[in-house]
Amino acid sequence: MIAQAYSLFKKDFHSELRTRYAINSLAMFIIVAISVILFSIGNETISESLTGGLFWVVIFFTAMSGLARAFVSEEERGTTLTLQLIASPSTVFSGKLIFNLILVFCMNLVIALLYSALFEKFVIQNFTLFILTFILGNIGLAVASTIIAAIIAKAGAKGTLYPVLSFPILLPLILTCVQLTLFSFDGTSFEEAQFELAIVVGYDVIMFTASYMLFDFIWKD
Amino acid sequence: MSSYSIQSQNLSKLFGRRLIFKDINFNWAEKGIFGISGPNGSGKSTLVKIVAGLIAPSSGKIIHKHSAGEIIPEKLHNHIGFVSPYLVLYEEFSAWENLKIFAKIRGVSFNVEKVNYYLAGFLLDNRKNDLVKTYSSGMKQRLKFIFALMHSPEVLIFDEPTSNLDEEGKKVVYKIVIEEGNQRVVIIASNEVKDLELCSEVLLLENFKG
Repeated sequence: MIAQAYSLFKKDFHSELRTRYAINSLAMFIIVAISVILFSIGNETISESLTGGLFWVVIFFTAMSGLARAFVSEEERGTTLTLQLIASPSTVFSGKLIFNLILVFCMNLVIALLYSALFEKFVIQNFTLFILTFILGNIGLAVASTIIAAIIAKAGAKGTLYPVLSFPILLPLILTCVQLTLFSFDGTSFEEAQFELAIVVGYDVIMFTASYMLFDFIWKD
Repeated sequence: MSSYSIQSQNLSKLFGRRLIFKDINFNWAEKGIFGISGPNGSGKSTLVKIVAGLIAPSSGKIIHKHSAGEIIPEKLHNHIGFVSPYLVLYEEFSAWENLKIFAKIRGVSFNVEKVNYYLAGFLLDNRKNDLVKTYSSGMKQRLKFIFALMHSPEVLIFDEPTSNLDEEGKKVVYKIVIEEGNQRVVIIASNEVKDLELCSEVLLLENFKG
């Protein structure tokens, strides 16, 4: 199953290289969002908490602009039926999840690098905690975005529905990740951040298990 | 000889409150060409999608069995070859790339000799490296037959198999249908008289409207 899911990921990756459906929209969104923030703050120095919050705001909205692609593009091109005929639901979910995971990691790495270069207060004191938050947050974001994309793919107003449905589902993850990012800014120890880390780990595990179990019902009409 | 069988038990489908068909029963086994016919909107495509496990019936059951017993829905796609006008292949890839991708995702080996044989048979061998988006609708339809046949499924489901095809294309399809019908179960959903003449048994959906 893993090999087949990897083949599906490779198909999506090559398709993305040829169509540039998600990469272009993600890149444009990152540039536009960070530029608007920089223009709006001007010469003022924003606080650490605001920097951390804005970091995850950009991540959330960038994810909303590109991660739905995994299923929406199949639905828009009419290839969903083809996919149903060549792969089991678990293969499809795993393949799409690998694609979104890699996309989320690349996208958020670019955002983090731009933030560290452009924002004065984006200074990480506890690097291990930041990396752990970044990895766990990205996993949660990718899993939740993948299953929500599968749910909304067949709906009419996909563009509106995706962020609307994602917001309440991703809110606990984003809020906890904002808190953990602030901890990493002010050098809070690993032990003191354990509770927040446990929330993110719990979120990832629950979201992954629920998504895997639900996908069969979502995928078939 | 194939020991495959498809059994329909009191199959019914409703879209909302609209009844599409009711209490369809059949048992198609081993080999042969079986037809499904009815006027537009009678539910031919719906029935073949249910048989292929793509949509669920409102009530009743479809059972796919082979020598090892009943096939679970999770594995059903490996036993079915499906062609229809509403099936869309990946247009950003060439025919060759599409077929290779399908084999890899299915987890079966990509048999170059077999694929070349089908490409030649369906008159696509000189265009196999062109992107599918540059194909005519008839060429796309012929490619779908290779997509359906390349993994040697036990059941072939052809929904309007000759739509978009010219006379030469139709001849190739009829030849394949007859050949495959001698080895496995072939289901044809169509209104074309010529398509249905190939069938040993035809299910008329008008008879299942309750």
